[in-house]
Amino acid sequence: MKKIVAAVLACGLAATTSIAMAKDYKEVRLAVDVPYEPFEFKAPDGSLTGFEIDLGNAVCAEMQVKCEWVVQAWDGIIPGLLARKYDAIFSSMSINEDRKKKVLFSEPYYNTPSSWFGPNASKSLDVASKASLKGKSVGVQRGTIQDKYVTDNFGDSVDVKRYTTADDLVLDLKGGRLDLVFLDYPVGENTIIKDENFTAISDTIQLGDGVAVALRKRDKDLAAKFNKALAKVKANGTYEKIMNKYFTYNIKM
Amino acid sequence: MESLTALLNQNEIFNLQTLLHYWDGLVMTVQLVFISLVVGAVISVPLAIMRASRNPWISKPIWVYTYIFRGTPLLIQLYIIYYGVVYIEGIQDSMFWPVVKEAFYPCLLAFVLNTAAYTTEILRGAIVTTPKGEIEAAKAYGMSWSTMTRRIVLPSAFRRALPAYGNEVIFMLHASAIASVVTIVDLTGAARDVYSQHYAPFEAYTFVAAIYLCLTFGLIYLFKYLEKKMLAHLRPLS
Repeated sequence: MKKIVAAVLACGLAATTSIAMAKDYKEVRLAVDVPYEPFEFKAPDGSLTGFEIDLGNAVCAEMQVKCEWVVQAWDGIIPGLLARKYDAIFSSMSINEDRKKKVLFSEPYYNTPSSWFGPNASKSLDVASKASLKGKSVGVQRGTIQDKYVTDNFGDSVDVKRYTTADDLVLDLKGGRLDLVFLDYPVGENTIIKDENFTAISDTIQLGDGVAVALRKRDKDLAAKFNKALAKVKANGTYEKIMNKYFTYNIKM
Repeated sequence: MESLTALLNQNEIFNLQTLLHYWDGLVMTVQLVFISLVVGAVISVPLAIMRASRNPWISKPIWVYTYIFRGTPLLIQLYIIYYGVVYIEGIQDSMFWPVVKEAFYPCLLAFVLNTAAYTTEILRGAIVTTPKGEIEAAKAYGMSWSTMTRRIVLPSAFRRALPAYGNEVIFMLHASAIASVVTIVDLTGAARDVYSQHYAPFEAYTFVAAIYLCLTFGLIYLFKYLEKKMLAHLRPLS
């Protein structure tokens, strides 16, 4: 009996070590929350495109691995990573303390501010004061750092409406259901203020410590690989080329 | 109270704040389901009578309505009403806007129309299976159509429809979970918030599933009691 147990254990051990040895990452699955213009969205032909898609593909080419993009709604993106549905999140995830408890972040690769958006009539609104926002319905994307900011600072005076995707939120702002939204600035720039009836309100606000690739805590070697490739893409001019395709200003970090 | 605080301190997820969030969600779910069931039941009675009519000019329009609302998913109906209402020209400036601006009323409207369609068909089934003898007896007494409907057909139809209607109530409770897709914080919406805040899908949804189970058990017992009382005449004596 003991022999059998020992044999089974040995087999198991051998299997795990061989998996560990074989972990040279030929294929990496990357999760994105779509649409989040201009970082990731669908082109008219249905293919994924955007700043992070291009950057992610460049990084993967640098790492010499095959990357597969997995579309995942934002509110389930960290549980999905932990459940091994994919190996990394490449989807504008800002570094913050709460998330650090659950995932491992690479070096940051871009940084953008957040901003309030609303109809032109609300242009003069003082968005720093609780009193002037009192009773307004404010849209945020559930589980984002913007959600946390609004909930923590204005949760008791405004009516926070949480959306699963950014496009539902934009739809309700344009339909008149929301008075204001609080979004990543480039996303609002590309989806809201293209419509001349809407505007950004006051100055942008810097939240979080930049955006990075999020990985499972145990995958330290994969994080190292990402960091190496990111550094290279940032240094050899590829990053700038991709950035200039989608932005007129600098977001590099 | 102290032991409760001690219990809550043992975990990160179910603190007082999230429990209150779940409570708000429970209140919202009960409100939504209760109001839509009451309104749906009230309008389904005349609709069922019309649907059971032999005159096709009366019964066919109701058939079209129940066919459409039973033939499409509730989620799609909710999307059409919630997002579609915004595109009505000038609605933002009309008197209806304060009502449809909130997610609650479009959602309630979708639920009412949906449950009314199902309840109409349940009642119609009960009405057309009224024993012929009862109707003949009513006619023999010289009852008019309205007296007969009020005194004979509807009371016995309600009794016969009760078991099927109990199912509809439970289905409605479960279907109400989709209210969370249009920003309403019902039980499921609260679970989603807790889930994304603590990245704990299993705990957040298991907890909410347990609440739904309790509600369902309550409803089952309520309908069992009603059936026992109202269908007593159908039970064998021993």
